[in-house]
Amino acid sequence: MRSRSSALVMTFYLLFLMVPIYWLVNMSLKTNAEITGTFSIFPRELTFRNYMVILTDPSWYMGYVNSIIYVVLNTVISIAVALPAAYAFSRYSFMGDKHLFFWLLTNRMSPPAVFALPFFQLYSSIGLFDTHIAVALAHCLFNVPLAVWILEGFMRGVPKEIDETAYIDGYSFPRFFIRIFMPLVASGIGVAAFFCFMFSWVELLLSRTLTSVNAKPIAATMTRTVSASGMDWGVLAAAGVLTIIPGALVIWFVRNYIAKGFALGRV
Amino acid sequence: MEKTQNNRAWFLVLPVLVLVAFSAVIPLMTVVNYSVNDTFGNNEFFWAGLDWFDEAVHSDRIHGALLRQAMFSAIILAIEVPLGIFVALNMPKKGFWSSFCLVVMALPLLIPFNVVGTIWQIFGRGDIGLLGHTLAAIGIDYNYTSDPFDAWATVVVMDVWHWTSLVALLAYAGLQSIPQAYYQAARIDQASRWAVFRYIELPKMKGVLLIAVLLRFMDSFMIYTEPFVVTGGGPGNSTTFLSIDLVKMAVGQFDLGPAAAFSIMYFLVILLVSWVFYTVMTNLDRQEAK
Repeated sequence: MRSRSSALVMTFYLLFLMVPIYWLVNMSLKTNAEITGTFSIFPRELTFRNYMVILTDPSWYMGYVNSIIYVVLNTVISIAVALPAAYAFSRYSFMGDKHLFFWLLTNRMSPPAVFALPFFQLYSSIGLFDTHIAVALAHCLFNVPLAVWILEGFMRGVPKEIDETAYIDGYSFPRFFIRIFMPLVASGIGVAAFFCFMFSWVELLLSRTLTSVNAKPIAATMTRTVSASGMDWGVLAAAGVLTIIPGALVIWFVRNYIAKGFALGRV
Repeated sequence: MEKTQNNRAWFLVLPVLVLVAFSAVIPLMTVVNYSVNDTFGNNEFFWAGLDWFDEAVHSDRIHGALLRQAMFSAIILAIEVPLGIFVALNMPKKGFWSSFCLVVMALPLLIPFNVVGTIWQIFGRGDIGLLGHTLAAIGIDYNYTSDPFDAWATVVVMDVWHWTSLVALLAYAGLQSIPQAYYQAARIDQASRWAVFRYIELPKMKGVLLIAVLLRFMDSFMIYTEPFVVTGGGPGNSTTFLSIDLVKMAVGQFDLGPAAAFSIMYFLVILLVSWVFYTVMTNLDRQEAK
């Protein structure tokens, strides 16, 4: 009895989550005439024109390329600097460690709107405006603290005896870290990378402020669909669907760690 | 775990420190600089002291945005936390369906913020959206672009759609960590369903729920893109939250001084809440370690 009512609750909840997404997919497969003219639950004239528009026009698909470039750059930078720091936080106590940890946390919590204008001026003045690296560095503001927190949570679970044994066996620190320690926290690195990827991918305010043409992210390109001839709803919906796909692809691999990542490694 | 005292660990933290200082401290100093100066363009600045702060503290516009922001955060927390716990309690515990639920629930979390806005914009429109169309068909007058109440309802439902899964996933992870023996003991004592929830599940979820509440509080407190795409802060000012107002002020009108003063106060509020969060959380960690 109880399991049946549970199934009912879950069905309703999942439906609530899926229906708006379904509607987006539905719209992306319709012609504009059908979208504005008739109201239909299924596309009557199935068309892939909207996707073709995006995939054949460089000013559209370069948006995806730009997004992917800065997201990957950001993930690599964040993980590279967070690894040693997380190790330090999980193994040693040092002067000011708690304050530093707290300060990092505040950056994860600070509103991007506060930083939008100063970032614009900072990166303009050093000539990095409208480059991928500028967005990647700006996103480090919240991704590096996040990566440190998640990795620290995973590293805490590795017993310290392993470090000590390795040093007795004559490993140097870099060799120990790369050959022994990193494989042990591989799942943590994967989860941290996933979260960096995700938060950089979904963020728009900073990436839009810091780019104009050459590094413009797909999310900002989407505003183009408003034109003189009215809204191009079909293409807008298709662009939306295409931004969901990368996330949907990687979720499966991290499904058991998602909660741990959101809890900053504290479940 | 016993930690070794070693100040050389600073070298390991140095890259993070440099990077975050570059992207956090330098911009923040710019903001502080603007907040105490006045400018008439051409990069000429005049000392303005605390005038901007004075103006910001007494500005009706900011009071309005703050009030709306606080209301918004309170409403979505009041809906998302109980709903998230409820969903987590009903999730299948293992097997294929458990993975299936996890994946579908995580999906909204990975959609770019403005696409979330776009989805709801399309979904809610009276002419082309399923929701708007259905509501109109059953005779409810719904239009989120002209009616403030409808705009609010849309933004709140959108946030519930977007983020309830986060609370649910965290609560679910907390539930998974409860050993079966606890439930067996409760069964022997013939504890009611409510008692099991109140005395076993809730205390065990305390830690993750705290994180969920605070993450949701912070993220809702700095929400920008989703309501901006759907309502643009309107109709009128009815859904203009703090971040939307700030961006309007700084980038739209280029009122650097007031915007900077506003930013700093905004940042201080966040800092205060983060500090409470951090203290409570480290205390919980310590209790668990005992």
